[in-house]
Amino acid sequence: MPAYAAKRLLSVFPVLFGLSVIVFLVMSMIPGDPATAILGAYATPENVERINRDLGLDKPLVQQYVIWIGNVLQGDFGRSFALNRPVLDEVLERFQATLVLAGVSLVLCAVIGLLAGVVSAVRQFGWADKVITFVVLAGISMPSFWLGLILILLFAVKWRLLPASGMYAIYGGGDFKDLLLHLILPATTLAVVAAGVIARLTRAAMLEVLRQDFVRTARAKGLPERQVIYRHAFRAAVVSVIPVIGIQAGFVLGGAVYIETVFQWPGIGAMLVNAISTRDILLVQGGVLVVAASYVLFNLAADMLQTMLDPRIRS
Amino acid sequence: MKRLFHRAAFAALLALVGFSPATAQTPPNVLVVGQIAEPKSLDPHAVTATNDFRILVNLYDGLVRYKDGTLEVEPALAENWTISDDGKTYTFKLRQGVTFHDGSEFNAEAVKFNFDRMLKEDHPFHDTGPFPLSFNFSAVEAVNVIDDSTVEFKLNEPFAPFLSNLAYPTGLIVSPAAVEQHGKDFGRHPSGTGPFRFAEWKSNQLVAAERNDAYWDGAPALEAVVFRPITDANTRIAEMMAGGIDIMVEVPPDNLASFRSDANLNVVEQAGPHVWFAILNTKEGPFADKLVRQAANFAVNKETLVNDVLQGTATVAAGPIPPAFNWVESSVEPYPHDPERAKQLLAEAGVENPKITFYVTEGGSGMLNPVTMGAAIQADLQAVGFDVAIETYEWNTFLGRVNEGLEGKADMAEMAWMTNDPDTVPYLTLRTDASPENGGFNSGYYSNPEVDELLAKARTSTDQAERAKLYAKVQEIVHEDAPWLFVANWVQNAVTTAAVQGFKLQPSFLLHLKDVTK
Repeated sequence: MPAYAAKRLLSVFPVLFGLSVIVFLVMSMIPGDPATAILGAYATPENVERINRDLGLDKPLVQQYVIWIGNVLQGDFGRSFALNRPVLDEVLERFQATLVLAGVSLVLCAVIGLLAGVVSAVRQFGWADKVITFVVLAGISMPSFWLGLILILLFAVKWRLLPASGMYAIYGGGDFKDLLLHLILPATTLAVVAAGVIARLTRAAMLEVLRQDFVRTARAKGLPERQVIYRHAFRAAVVSVIPVIGIQAGFVLGGAVYIETVFQWPGIGAMLVNAISTRDILLVQGGVLVVAASYVLFNLAADMLQTMLDPRIRS
Repeated sequence: MKRLFHRAAFAALLALVGFSPATAQTPPNVLVVGQIAEPKSLDPHAVTATNDFRILVNLYDGLVRYKDGTLEVEPALAENWTISDDGKTYTFKLRQGVTFHDGSEFNAEAVKFNFDRMLKEDHPFHDTGPFPLSFNFSAVEAVNVIDDSTVEFKLNEPFAPFLSNLAYPTGLIVSPAAVEQHGKDFGRHPSGTGPFRFAEWKSNQLVAAERNDAYWDGAPALEAVVFRPITDANTRIAEMMAGGIDIMVEVPPDNLASFRSDANLNVVEQAGPHVWFAILNTKEGPFADKLVRQAANFAVNKETLVNDVLQGTATVAAGPIPPAFNWVESSVEPYPHDPERAKQLLAEAGVENPKITFYVTEGGSGMLNPVTMGAAIQADLQAVGFDVAIETYEWNTFLGRVNEGLEGKADMAEMAWMTNDPDTVPYLTLRTDASPENGGFNSGYYSNPEVDELLAKARTSTDQAERAKLYAKVQEIVHEDAPWLFVANWVQNAVTTAAVQGFKLQPSFLLHLKDVTK
């Protein structure tokens, strides 16, 4: 398995290289340019030319790319035009925040999704199943930014239980409890849709497994029902759900773009939106590469986990 | 299973109740300001956005500044100044004993360093730019140190807006020692002479600044100010209602009414030098005819736009020069809403159902509510017989298309400007020589030699009374020629909690927090 993992890890690099070419091309193809974004209404040709010269954007596109990739190979991701700050500093700082948010909501959606799926499969057509199916459907159908705003209005404005936005309190915060308080609303919002998807798949997988012979055998042996479900059926069903959780990781990272904006979470999603609108090519590159790499790694981890849990794939 | 379910529900409830509520409280004597975006940089020479200026004027001073509540200039780091008779030499006597927050001394050398860094490409720290608004000082030929507390600016031609430009954030004075120390990262480690000293910048979370006890103009009462970027307007409003911020700027028009009726909040308003208009293509198409341009101005119901679409957050514009420049004595009244007169003018011009392509943007600096405004304008124009097709573009793309000129593409385009001197907008957008091919913003190709001459005269005169008369004349002629559809002058607003005292908005759109208490 280590060989397989290493191979998968190496395959990340061509993916990232291809991606960087595409991002570079797309960013230079869309109308508008960084100089206009910086200058706003003052973007005269003369001023634009001056700024482009200062930023090195007057060189041919291919040359710009070669310079960039050369620097990247030496660990230099360049400076953000708009923020006038090293790309790597900004990306890493912001990615940490996203990782916290996405990580927590991924765990949250996996736990909620699996639990809800199992319950509704075991109680198929019972009241718990009906309630869960309804909630899941509602969760999947709700636009996440809308849900986020509703949660803010209820928990922050009306009841004043939780902070409305941000990652830490302005003053006196900064500890773990403070972070946790700020995490509850955005992480829940982000987890709802993904949890719904996982719940539906878990329910289907569980229903299929529960009808199989080994479950009947387990019951016939006289094992307690709880043991039958969690020891035997769940373990078999979860194998097919795990890759979906890996894919949901991508969804959660993508969803972070809206959620971070709604909750003013200082993560990479909100950063990318801003960077694209200011045509901050190098910052977009840095951000996309980090997000893509982490997506690939999440999926790799899910695959590995599946392989570990399912002996059939291992051989 | 049931037990498990109950246990989970109970745990969730406990988690909520167990945490102490009312976390959203701002600390005493610290003012938390809700901003619309994260600043780009805290180097005043490197930024262009009002959002950034609002922070910067609290960290830095300029040689001069705008007098409270006006756009007139008064001394700041310069105690006084003289202007030579030919209007080409400005000599400033500097305030003594002022130090930058990093401890280095403010003197004539520091002033020279600031302007040389911006303007001279061979300056050792010019590469800490780019400096997008440095053209505000393009008339500056040389900055000379006469002695430690005297500095002289040599201009290549008389330039009336010079003092006003010095009072603008591009003229704020940064610490040369800090620039030398931090180089390109100065924007993240700012050091000035202002009432608050920079303390901390957490990316996309906050910029904090603490009281400068040694401030030359009296230390502020507040212990610190914190600027929080909250990009989403709905979230910003929620934070204001939840008590997470003390002040919120740029309240969306739709929320103003509910804030007004809340006894715990105060709404503050102030007209500023802003103008919202639609550029008309005077070179080709229907708007090449002055009568058709005037018809458009009569056709559009500006009162409805400012009162209903913008909910009273703007007033109707009469011409290119905003009323915030109250020293310009103009008696020009806005075009009234008169659809009959519009139809009559169209008939007079001999055009029937003229086809118009109208560029609308999705949003942008000072654009207020461009999509709805565009649709309302379209409806009013259609009502008198125009046939208007709207094309909508994202702001950056929009600027690219409009700034290169409307010829061959469109007949009208939305636009807005905020300035500090009545010279800027007409000079950049209405002069014959300001056409796009000459690097100007006259995207509608308006040309009137009389206006050109008046503008040239007004910008070289150093007599304020004379300038006032010249700009009044410009306002009158341009109103009559109607190269734009004149729409609105923005009234900026902010909302504060009742505990905040002494807070004022300035016509300059800057946000001075020195005299605020809480």
